[in-house]
Amino acid sequence: MRWVLALFLMVLPAAAEEVVLGLSQKEVAITTSFDGSEILIFGAIKRDAPPPPGQLGVLVTIAGPAEPVSVRRKERRYGIWVNTEEVQLEGAPSYYAVATSAPLDDVLSIRDNLEHRVTVPSLLRSLTVPSSVLDASAYVAALIRVRQDAGIYQELEGQVVVDQESLFRTRIALPAALTEGAYQTRILLTRDGAVVSRYDTTIEVRKVGLERWLYSMSRENPFWYGIMSLAIAIAAGWGASAVFSLIRN
Amino acid sequence: MQIYLPIAEVSVNAFLLLGLGGLVGILSGMFGVGGGFLMTPLLFFIGIPPAVAVATEANQIVASSFSGVLAHLRRKTVDLRMGTVLLIGGLVGAALGVLLFNYLKSLGQVDLLVRLCYVVFLGVIGGLMFIESLNAIRKTNRGTALPKRKKHGLIHKLPFKMRFRVSGLYISVIPPLLVGLCVGVLAAIMGVGGGFIMVPAMIYLLGMPTKVVVGTSLFQIIFVTGFTTMLHATTNYTVDVMLAVLLLVGGVIGAQIGTRIGVKMKAEQLRILLAMMVLAVCGKLAFDLLVMPSELYSVGKAGGH
Repeated sequence: MRWVLALFLMVLPAAAEEVVLGLSQKEVAITTSFDGSEILIFGAIKRDAPPPPGQLGVLVTIAGPAEPVSVRRKERRYGIWVNTEEVQLEGAPSYYAVATSAPLDDVLSIRDNLEHRVTVPSLLRSLTVPSSVLDASAYVAALIRVRQDAGIYQELEGQVVVDQESLFRTRIALPAALTEGAYQTRILLTRDGAVVSRYDTTIEVRKVGLERWLYSMSRENPFWYGIMSLAIAIAAGWGASAVFSLIRN
Repeated sequence: MQIYLPIAEVSVNAFLLLGLGGLVGILSGMFGVGGGFLMTPLLFFIGIPPAVAVATEANQIVASSFSGVLAHLRRKTVDLRMGTVLLIGGLVGAALGVLLFNYLKSLGQVDLLVRLCYVVFLGVIGGLMFIESLNAIRKTNRGTALPKRKKHGLIHKLPFKMRFRVSGLYISVIPPLLVGLCVGVLAAIMGVGGGFIMVPAMIYLLGMPTKVVVGTSLFQIIFVTGFTTMLHATTNYTVDVMLAVLLLVGGVIGAQIGTRIGVKMKAEQLRILLAMMVLAVCGKLAFDLLVMPSELYSVGKAGGH
């Protein structure tokens, strides 16, 4: 994971300032010993002219693949707390992190936040909510709260280091419980809160090796997967009994 | 050392799992129970999704009961005929249990069901065991022997009688079928072998001699939990082989150590310790159900576990 793959790609050739990006890795492999991963995102700001006026801001976001989730509310029934209402939400990313170079309000205006959907609340504003639900916003708020507490949604204010208005870098820690898929990565460059340049790329997260094999077997050949599980259990039980009776004799 | 579990999709410490397996193995060796009823709640506590914990624990019990039944077969303390009758009931029960499990999962109530089952069964069995062993200690202190019970009742009037030679019984097949059925349902829902319910039921309801009870119970538990594992693997995809292997390695070693500790302790003291432990697990689960949670909302995969 330590090998460095630098990507030098250019976008928006007309802009006065552009992002040139490097990633410490283009892929995250979930192996048996996977315990989360830290991605180093670094790059430079390319200019044709001297820096324009206004405060520079750099924002980096990583979004995991969206998958439908169900949010359930507990209520007290007959003295115990049970799940009652359930709302299905679609379009919420399975992971989301925003890292900024300064406090968020200083580097991003409200208008641009809504347009580029940068912070978690503005990202989740367009969630598909069933029309039958009255207090849908309470469920969306609960989803954000639960996932922020679990570290699945992160706001890393001031975590992007900018050197001499031209080089930037940040580290984003991916948790151990990751969903597979393409992680959309964006770098936004702002001047006085307005986005002046944007760069998009993806990081692939994949189960590999034994993890991949077991997972796909359990979905594609569930019968043989079950038989294999039983065979392992019976072999282990028989082996243990044989070994310990040998020790006793 | 962290291990990423492919089906549970969480990363856990491998030594923690080996240790848990070992600890429950020691207890199961000491007390002669499968240990599933303690392991499954412990897996909940360390963050394994309940559906995965239940399905995987069934797979682990196959290993430990297979190991145990081999020892009993050598000693000829397995009533294969009785075991088969219990098994027929057990398989039907396991199928019903998985159907019920899947139905409640679609309602979002599966966690509640599993937890409620645990609170009720751990509470009742822990409580009964505690009272019974307190009485036993009191009686041995007074120096009087336990009175022997003889059962004559409804069981002997039922039709479809069958002879069970190893157990020395001539009874109707209906009660063993029903006992098997109930244990099968519980095995599927709670992820337990059901030994802690099966053993008292065989002794007190069917009147089987104590020496064949454990072996026969283990014999049928292998098939019921094996069947449950297959049903969970093919309908819910929730059996995590990696988790099962880690638990089973610890469990097998722990069971041997536990057996040796168990020999050195008095039966009543052992039972009181087990009862207190069962009640402690029950108390923790009940507490979570009764006290207002700090977060009223929970997030889960839609349609999944």
